[in-house]
Amino acid sequence: MPSPESPDAAWPERLAAYRAQLDCRFPQVGEVFEACLIDALRVLSPAGVSAYIDCGRFLGRMGRGVEPLLAFLEEWPSTAGILGEDALPAINHTLQVIWKSPNGKAITPFLQTLAAVARRLPSREQMQHYLDLTLKLMERTSGSIHGIHKSFASPGLPDFLEQAPTLLNRLAIGGLQNWVDYGIRNYGNHPERQRAYFSLQSADSRAVFQRERHGTLLVDHERLLDLYLRGLWGDSAQLVPYASSTDPAGHSAQADASTPLLPYYDASGIRLPDVLDDALGVSGIDRYRASLAHIAGHRRWSTPLFADNFSPMQRMAIEIFEDSRIETLILRHYPALRHIFLALHPTPAEGACNPATHSCLRHRLAMLSRALLDPAHGYQDAALREFVERFVQTMASGEASSEAVATLALAYVARTRRQSDQLANVHFADTVIAYRDDNRHLWRFHELSDDEEMFDLRPTAAAAEVDRLPPRHYPEWDYQSQSYRPDWVSLYESLHPSGEAALIDRLLDKHAALARRLKRLLDLLRPQDRVRVRYQEDGSELDLDIAIRSLIDFKSGATPDPRINMSHRTNGRNLAVLLLLDLSESLGDKVRVGNGEQTVLELSQEAVSLLAWAIEQLGDPLAIAGFHSDTRHDVRYLHLKGFSEGWGDPVKRRLAAMQAGYSTRMGAAMRHAAHYLAAQPAAKKLMLILTDGQPSDVDVQDERLLIEDARKSVGELEQQGIFTYCISLDRKADEYVHDIFGGRYAVIDNIERLPERLPELFMALTR
Amino acid sequence: MTDREQFKVFQAPFYQPQRNEVALYEAAYAARLPVMVKGPTGCGKSRFIEYMAWKLGKPLITVACNEDMTASDLVGRYLLEANGTRWLDGPLTTAARIGAICYLDEIVEARQDTTVVIHPLTDHRRTLPLDKKGELIHAHADFQLVISYNPGYQSLMKDLKQSTKQRFAAFEFDYPDAALETTILVSESGIDATTAAQLVSIGAVARRLRGHGLDEGISTRLLVYAATLIKGGVTPHDACRMALVRPITDDRDIRDTLDHAIDATFA
Repeated sequence: MPSPESPDAAWPERLAAYRAQLDCRFPQVGEVFEACLIDALRVLSPAGVSAYIDCGRFLGRMGRGVEPLLAFLEEWPSTAGILGEDALPAINHTLQVIWKSPNGKAITPFLQTLAAVARRLPSREQMQHYLDLTLKLMERTSGSIHGIHKSFASPGLPDFLEQAPTLLNRLAIGGLQNWVDYGIRNYGNHPERQRAYFSLQSADSRAVFQRERHGTLLVDHERLLDLYLRGLWGDSAQLVPYASSTDPAGHSAQADASTPLLPYYDASGIRLPDVLDDALGVSGIDRYRASLAHIAGHRRWSTPLFADNFSPMQRMAIEIFEDSRIETLILRHYPALRHIFLALHPTPAEGACNPATHSCLRHRLAMLSRALLDPAHGYQDAALREFVERFVQTMASGEASSEAVATLALAYVARTRRQSDQLANVHFADTVIAYRDDNRHLWRFHELSDDEEMFDLRPTAAAAEVDRLPPRHYPEWDYQSQSYRPDWVSLYESLHPSGEAALIDRLLDKHAALARRLKRLLDLLRPQDRVRVRYQEDGSELDLDIAIRSLIDFKSGATPDPRINMSHRTNGRNLAVLLLLDLSESLGDKVRVGNGEQTVLELSQEAVSLLAWAIEQLGDPLAIAGFHSDTRHDVRYLHLKGFSEGWGDPVKRRLAAMQAGYSTRMGAAMRHAAHYLAAQPAAKKLMLILTDGQPSDVDVQDERLLIEDARKSVGELEQQGIFTYCISLDRKADEYVHDIFGGRYAVIDNIERLPERLPELFMALTR
Repeated sequence: MTDREQFKVFQAPFYQPQRNEVALYEAAYAARLPVMVKGPTGCGKSRFIEYMAWKLGKPLITVACNEDMTASDLVGRYLLEANGTRWLDGPLTTAARIGAICYLDEIVEARQDTTVVIHPLTDHRRTLPLDKKGELIHAHADFQLVISYNPGYQSLMKDLKQSTKQRFAAFEFDYPDAALETTILVSESGIDATTAAQLVSIGAVARRLRGHGLDEGISTRLLVYAATLIKGGVTPHDACRMALVRPITDDRDIRDTLDHAIDATFA
């Protein structure tokens, strides 16, 4: 086979020389070497070819079999075509580093996906970024036994390299970096989970992947689009995303690809792609708006037709005419949408389709559609121009109707029909109008067909009875990446089990003296409804005593006091309180009280009972809840008292049954408590957190993580107008509690005084 | 005696009737029934009352209610003078004496105890006792009480008592329909009918978002502002953003949607 640039007789000799330079005896190499070399000679300089062969020799001799060499020989010429041949040293360096590590198995996938990656990262900087990222991932996930040499291969690296093109299809390099960092951080020491993560199998891998995608995500803009639909179109359909595996971005790029999934609507709502990139000079959000406008137009103006009467080609034409009718009507309402439609609508070139070899119907219709939208279309075809004119006339009289344009469409098909329209070879280029829906709503069928879409919905088996409510998911703050882990914590709420109310009454009796003292304090706090404000210059009434005194002053020549009025104001407390109790294992610890011993739990019960009683006296709405956690999959939130519940026996029974167990995942519990507190109508909202230790959980090794998460949730609560205050029973709490709550905490060293201190603290806070 | 003439409405206010409310009001006035006008902000409640006062040739005393307003702000109070105290009539008392239409705008903003003082004026008694002064005023034959309130934005705390509500004949106002509103914009600001219709359609967009982040839609008053700005040479895009969107919302999504509606409407 002659080389394109050297059709001379010397070719076999040159081939042999290169073969000798490669110096390897794998039989498989012989089969592909010549073809690869011809590719290489086409894009590489002579020096480049030499470097290519040298690198190949290295790969052939490094003792990893023939696969890396084959992958390299096949991939490099096309990669070099994108990146330039001087990118080889950087690649070579990466190969060397991988080779020297125990990760030799990763070389083959690295080389196999190189060209696909290069197509996504065509600049050298981006490619370098990718190489650095690969090495970092390898470095951080390779295991070592004695801490000196890396001796275990990275479990996730080959998976990552295989997925790299898929990932880069949807992520920018920065997003890929975040995704990789997340995997390293969370699954660095867990081989199976690491593999699941890097092969995009695990749920959170996909969740982070979704979050990092580039483009405009439907979920992020659902409200905006909902408002758009409602405001501009008076339509309130549900928006449902579907996964757009290949982004129908530019219609020009779709020439060879299969037709992308178009938006559509059915009984369950309007289906839109889950993500849209900016394309063709139109922002992602405007592309969504264009689709929605089009669909809303159909919903308003289209009436279904019977499909059985038409051939598939006739139907296609009717759809195009109907779409154009809808858009004409849309533009009457919102004329400036035209430039968005024009930008998104393909511009098929006249004569691009050869009717001798291809079916041109699609092309003709796309041209017609363009011409109906764009007055400056410039097409010369006589039939097309005539039908544009007839369409304009049809529409001039008003809204026309689906039937009217269907008639027009049938006439058009009849007029322009060609024998070649029946050819299997369809001209697709520039004919996909990606923002329009697929018009499935336009057709009704006399006879239900046996299409796949027509199956009956099978009745689903009744779900198994669950013994608790489904979980609520909360995010958790990861301070290392400064980002939320989406839906990380599952929180289950339930009513706290009940015990014996008499226990709480006994505890209250024990503190009867304290209660009496508190009562005196409480009376001072109790709101006096109408308060007279005296000494006002402006007020609702004349305060006669003062007025007379001023008059006397005035008459006797002294300066009178002008503040002779008084007014009234109401002095109501408008405060809702939620007391959140940490019910973790450490609550069971014993402390010395006087002569005997008591558990922290008992003291907490006493303190909470007294506080609840005190707040009941004041009349502020109070809720009490407890929480503990057993890994992020099971955070439990237990209701002890609701806002509307009185301080009665049911509440006391629940308090009496309080028990210690499990761990303290504070952030999720606070977020959950906040959603109840935020719903209270009170002007001031206070969340008291009674805890005896720092946030921790069995599935978290990093001590700081849950502390930082709790701190973040305090910030979130503050933004919701909730004042948080922590009462800590941990003497060593100063180390972390300030980080979480800022200055808003009190550490109670002397735990036996808790029952006394807690109500006092509350009163001091709310005075 | 207070000068009755100063409260008269001399220039005919522009008012575009929506239905037969003018005739109904005249009937209510003939019977001296107290009247309540309800409706969203800026839909023409106050303009209607002003117009009716002009049409009937009666003086009009308007009180804008607020939550610091007390009963004595309505009825009157003693003031201090060099030689003792002097009684000063409040607007309600003045209206009852001179026979004016007393219009309490946004009555629910006033405290509940305040609204009770109007009760004796609104039933068969038509009297106003001034207990501090020891006087009982019999209302002038021309006196009529009108209150306005906006049921849209009230909280639970701000609602009229049943005992107050059940003393009034009521008119319910809403934004006029598109054609009527266009006419209003044209006559108030002098812009052309096409632009006016476009403004009205933007107003309709916002009104459809009521309850989805907007407490109230864009009022006719704001549309008139926008029209006036456009008439004054401001581009429609800027005028609408300034007069229609920025005043009513701080919500980014809603702002973007309305901005988009403006851009889509004005080519």
